[in-house]
Amino acid sequence: MTRLWNKYRYLFFRRFTQIGLLVLYFGANAWGWTLLMGNLSASSILGIIPLSDPFAGLQMLAAGAVMATDLLIGMLLVSVFYLVVGGRAFCSWVCPINIITDAAALLRRKLGIDAIAKRQPASRNMRYWVLALSLVLSFILGVTAFEFISPISMLHRGIVFGLGFGWAAMFIIFIFDLFVLKNGWCGHVCPLGGFYSLVGKTSLIRVQHTVENCTACMKCKAVCPEGQVLHMINKQSLAVLSGECTNCARCIEVCDDDALGFSLRKFAKQQKRESNNESNK
Amino acid sequence: MSDRRKFILNMARGIGITALGGFVWSAYVDEAVASQLLLRPPGALKEVDFLKTCIKCGLCVEACPYDTLLLAKPGDNKPLGTPYFIPREIPCYMCPDIPCVPVCPTGALDESSVTTNGKLDINVAQMGVAVIDDSSCIAFWGIQCDACYRACPLLGEAISVVYEKNERTGKHAFLKPIVHTDVCTGCGLCEKACVTEKAAIFVLPREVALGKAGDYYIKGWDKEDDKRVKDAHAIKTKTRLSEKNSLDSLNDSGDLY
Repeated sequence: MTRLWNKYRYLFFRRFTQIGLLVLYFGANAWGWTLLMGNLSASSILGIIPLSDPFAGLQMLAAGAVMATDLLIGMLLVSVFYLVVGGRAFCSWVCPINIITDAAALLRRKLGIDAIAKRQPASRNMRYWVLALSLVLSFILGVTAFEFISPISMLHRGIVFGLGFGWAAMFIIFIFDLFVLKNGWCGHVCPLGGFYSLVGKTSLIRVQHTVENCTACMKCKAVCPEGQVLHMINKQSLAVLSGECTNCARCIEVCDDDALGFSLRKFAKQQKRESNNESNK
Repeated sequence: MSDRRKFILNMARGIGITALGGFVWSAYVDEAVASQLLLRPPGALKEVDFLKTCIKCGLCVEACPYDTLLLAKPGDNKPLGTPYFIPREIPCYMCPDIPCVPVCPTGALDESSVTTNGKLDINVAQMGVAVIDDSSCIAFWGIQCDACYRACPLLGEAISVVYEKNERTGKHAFLKPIVHTDVCTGCGLCEKACVTEKAAIFVLPREVALGKAGDYYIKGWDKEDDKRVKDAHAIKTKTRLSEKNSLDSLNDSGDLY
């Protein structure tokens, strides 16, 4: 039992926050709770503190909208939060699509699809192109372009306000991730993930690898939705510095040898060491 | 292959797939926002600005105590995630404190547009305007009905009833409802109340239902309206006739015959 808990504790916490937030939002609409109202695009805590999606705000700016004060405060609060906890912590701890794409990735591993299709036919940098495209299209069309097609808002709004035909979009993402491209939506296409990858470049909470403990079993790489960020495994004691790491902590859980863990201080130390090295040169 | 060639090829591939994606994406968005027959919550900005500014959070929908407001779902064929209402199902009951407007975090619902003298005033809202189809309105047939007139929250101001002789019977009167478009808020209580199978009075967005006289036509007897003429600018058209001075071209009939 303890072993089970050790292997899945972060996963449990992640599903708990993901579903918990959904319940709060749902309750706000259905039963008039006020703790967290709205949805992931913009919400309000107790009707006082505004929160808003900074990427949606950027699209509004590109579209030429007048930016309200509440919106700017909300964008700032959310940005600061993810600057601290890791940009893509949004992806693995909050975003409801993550549950769907994680399920697809799990099924992919169980069905052995990963073993057949070892090379992925697309670049993970695609998300930055989509990100740029969202802003360009917002500018040209004068609307928040990604918000009109975003399956994230679609699903989230769907759960709070009614899904309509949105289930079809969710199904398509599942099939796409399962058969077409490993970690297809979250790891290659989603511009919001791309945006948070950029936000997370300098964030504080990091996964740290200790090479002395590593037995090169590579379980972490198999389970990681952004495998490329774990390039240091069995090579070097390094923190995962890429903003593309979602801080989902699956690598920490699957590691049997205590070679991976969350760290904040070590990361700071390492940066100091790096800057020292540079000044020594 | 050299690194430089590889880089250029990668960039070109990126641009290619971005162009393809952008084409499909913009085509969809263009279609999705083309729908004009949508009634927005009170205080909404003009549709083109509203689509820029609305962040689709649904706070207005949650604030509405009558469940009037809905968020467009996939399959509704309306701009996804934006709030709207269908008055024949649930009209806007025009709450005096307008709970849906102040909660808007982005200003897509503009408080100042529903405020008079520093106080929220739902009566100045312009969600739409009621339009009467006089061929299906039974009051225009001569059957007595004033359901819309009675339902109107601005009784006697937004809809009034005019009397007219019914020539068919010679001894009855028509009691015809008339909408005053400058007062009507577009709440839709009339559409909800209408007794006909499909409402003979219904709310349309103001941009759809109303015409515009332009600055060339003014009410000369109205001092306020008279001021608009200042904005009128002359439009000069150039045709073959304008090559000559106007008197000449009038007197010279040579060309015409």
